[in-house]
Amino acid sequence: MVSKRAVPMRKLSMDKRLTTFEEVALGYTEEEALEEAKRCLKCKLMPCSRLCPLNIEVPEFVKCIERREYEKGLNIILKANPFPAITGRVCPQEVLCQKECTLRKLGDPLAIGRLERFLGDYQIENNIMNLNVPEKVRGSVAVVGSGPAGLMGAVELRKLGYEVTIFEALHEVGGVMVYGIPEFRLPRRVLRFYVDYVKKLGVRIEVDVVVGRTYTIDELLREYDAVLLATGAGTPKFLGIPGEELNGVYSANEFLIRINLMKAYRFPEYDTPIKLGKRIAVIGGGNTAMDVSRIALRLGAEEVIVLYRRTEVEMPARREEVENAKEEGVKFMFLTQPIALIGDEKGWIRKIKCIRMRLGEPDASGRRRPIPIPGSEFDVEVDNVIIAIGAEVNKLIQRTTPGLKVDKRGHVIVDKYGRTSIKRVYAAGDVVTGAATVIEALAAAKTVAHTIHRDLSG
Amino acid sequence: MFKVISNRIIAPGIRRIEILAPRIAKKAKAGQFVVIRVDEKGERIPLTLVDWDSERGSITLVFQEVGVTTRKLGRVREGGYVLDVTGPLGNPTEIKRYGVIVGVGGGVGNACLLPVMREFKRAGNYIVSMIGARTCELLILEDELREVSDELYIATDDGSRGYKGFVTDLLKKYLEEKVPDLVYAVGPTIMMKVVSSITRPYGVRTIVSLNPIMVDGTGMCGACRVIVNGKLRFACIDGPEFDGHKVDFDSLINRIRMYKREEELALSFLEKRGGEDHGV
Repeated sequence: MVSKRAVPMRKLSMDKRLTTFEEVALGYTEEEALEEAKRCLKCKLMPCSRLCPLNIEVPEFVKCIERREYEKGLNIILKANPFPAITGRVCPQEVLCQKECTLRKLGDPLAIGRLERFLGDYQIENNIMNLNVPEKVRGSVAVVGSGPAGLMGAVELRKLGYEVTIFEALHEVGGVMVYGIPEFRLPRRVLRFYVDYVKKLGVRIEVDVVVGRTYTIDELLREYDAVLLATGAGTPKFLGIPGEELNGVYSANEFLIRINLMKAYRFPEYDTPIKLGKRIAVIGGGNTAMDVSRIALRLGAEEVIVLYRRTEVEMPARREEVENAKEEGVKFMFLTQPIALIGDEKGWIRKIKCIRMRLGEPDASGRRRPIPIPGSEFDVEVDNVIIAIGAEVNKLIQRTTPGLKVDKRGHVIVDKYGRTSIKRVYAAGDVVTGAATVIEALAAAKTVAHTIHRDLSG
Repeated sequence: MFKVISNRIIAPGIRRIEILAPRIAKKAKAGQFVVIRVDEKGERIPLTLVDWDSERGSITLVFQEVGVTTRKLGRVREGGYVLDVTGPLGNPTEIKRYGVIVGVGGGVGNACLLPVMREFKRAGNYIVSMIGARTCELLILEDELREVSDELYIATDDGSRGYKGFVTDLLKKYLEEKVPDLVYAVGPTIMMKVVSSITRPYGVRTIVSLNPIMVDGTGMCGACRVIVNGKLRFACIDGPEFDGHKVDFDSLINRIRMYKREEELALSFLEKRGGEDHGV
C-alpha cells in the first residue's frame, strides 16, 4: 500500500533559522529517500518527465534510488541536467514535474525535487564529475553571463567540443544564483561545486567584464565563432510612485546584492553596509519578496510585512516559500497597493500611503485583477521599504549593439532555435523571456547550444 | 587582479593611481568611470577615469582618501594588486563642437574635468576652465588643465591661490559678461547644484557628471537612482551625465549621505585593525 503522504523534509531549528543564513530545508537522509522513492508508481504516462523542461527520466532515477544505485541514478539525471543539487532546491516542482504526478489521485505527488536533491547532494559529497569532452575542437563560443543559462550553455557547448569563454560582469560567478538567491535556499558550497565543475570541464571564465562596454558584441564575433547572450533579467523595477528616492528604500536587487554578494550582514568586517530599522515593508508577492523578507528577519528586524495587491491565492511565490516565511514570522497585508512613500524631514522613509484593493475579473495573466477601492487610503508606518515587484532586462547590451532586435520590453527577439537578429549571435534565458525560473533558463540554453552546434557544423 | 603601476600622493589626502587594465584602457572614453573593489571584503565603488593609455594598457584614477575603500586603495603599493576593476562604465561624454565651453571643477572633480576638457578641446571648442579647492595645497592637475584650456581661472576658499571664494562665484561673474555655449560641471554635488542654478536663468545648456552611491555600476541595483525631469534614472547606465537643469539635487544630496554613520564606523574599524597592507 502506497503512503498518501510524501516523506516530509526536515527543517533547520527555528532559533537557527532566525539567526543564521544556514540552509533551511535539510534534505532527505538515505532512509527517507528510500522510503519516498518507494512511493513512485512507475506509471507509463510519465507526466513528470514530460513536464520537466529538461525531460529528466524521473521514474528511472527514482528506481535507482530504490535499488540504492545512487551513482547510476545520478548519471541518469546528469545526462539531461548537469546541476541537480541546484534544481533540486530551487525548481518550482509543484508546477512542473510534480504537477500531474499520478500519485496526486491518492494524496501528495512524489517528492521528485527532494529526490533529485538527494542525488545532487550525493554527487557533491562524493565529488562525482563527468569531465569527458571530445578532444577535437570544433570552434569557439563566447558566453555572456554566468547565471543558469550561461553555465548551462557553456557546459553543453564544451561537451559538444567547443572552446568556451564565459564573460561575467560582476566579480563572482553564478549570476542570480550568487547575487539573488539567498544562502538559506541555495548554499554557496553547492554553487561553488558546480562552478568548479564548469571550470574543470575546461570552460574559461573571465569576471569583471561588462559586455557592451569592456568588449562589444562585434569584437567578440571577431574572436569567437558564436556569441551566446545569457545576461538574464537583472534590472529592478520600481513602482513609479512618489518617494522612491527616499533613503531607507531599497530595490530587492540592491538589498540582495548587498547581502548575498557583498556580505553586508557582516559589516563592518565586510565594507559594504546595509541600513535597516525595526519595521520593514516588502512590496510584492513573488519568491524574491519571500527571500527578502526572510533575510530581513535574520538581520534582526522586529516586524516584516509583505504588502501584496491581490490575495494569498494569486501570489506568484512558491507555496513552500510562503510557508517558510510565515513560520519565520513574516506578516502579510493582502489587497494592499502602495500609492506614495512618505519621508521625514531627514529624507528617510517613514510611512507608506496605501489603498485597499478588491478583486475584479481575471486579467490576461488569468489572475483576478486588483481594483482600488475609492476612499480606502490608509498609512503603514515603516523604517524601510524593499521593492520586490520584479526585474526586467538590462538595456546595456541592446544600447551598445546596433542591429540587435528587441521587443518593447527590451527582451531579445529570437527564432525558436535561439537565433537573434545578428548572425552568429544567440540568446537564451531571462534576456529572451523576461524574469523566469532557473530550470527554464537551463532548458533554453541547452536548446540554443545545440542550435549553435548545428549552425557552426554547417 | 589588477596590478598597480604607481600610487602617488599629489596633494594632502589625494592620490593618483595608475593601474594595469589593458582591456579598459583600450575602450575608455572621456566621462566614463570604473568600479573597483580593493580586496575580498571590499566594497564596490565608482571612480571616474582621469586618464588612460592603450599602449601601456593602463588607466589612471584620482581619489581622496576619505572612506574605507579609498583608504585601502591608498595603501596598495607599486607592484601590488587591486582585486577587481570593471569598466569602462557609463555613457561617454558626447564630444562635439559647441563653441565656447566653460568647465567647472571642484576638489577631486578637477581631475575628472581634465579628460573631458581635453576631448572638447580636440573637437575644436574654446575651453574656459574654472577650478576650485579649499586651499592652494589641494588644487590638483592645474598644469594639465592649463594645457587643455584657452583660459583657466582658479578659486580657493581661503584665497591662498587665485580668487578668494567659491569656483561658482567665478562662473557667476563670467556669465554676467559672456554666455558660453555649454557649461560642464563635475565635483561635489552641492557645487553642481549651485552651477546649475546659476546657469538656469541664462538658458545655458549645463551638463553635470553625477557621482551617487553605486554598488554594481551596471544597472542591476538601482542604488544610484536619481530624479531627472521627474523620473527615476540610474546614473550608472543612463548617466553619469545629465542635464543639470533637470536633476533633483536635493534628493541626490540626501541619498549620498545615507551611509554617513556607517562610513565612519567602517573607518574606525579599519583603523582598529591596524596598518595591514593590501594587495601586496
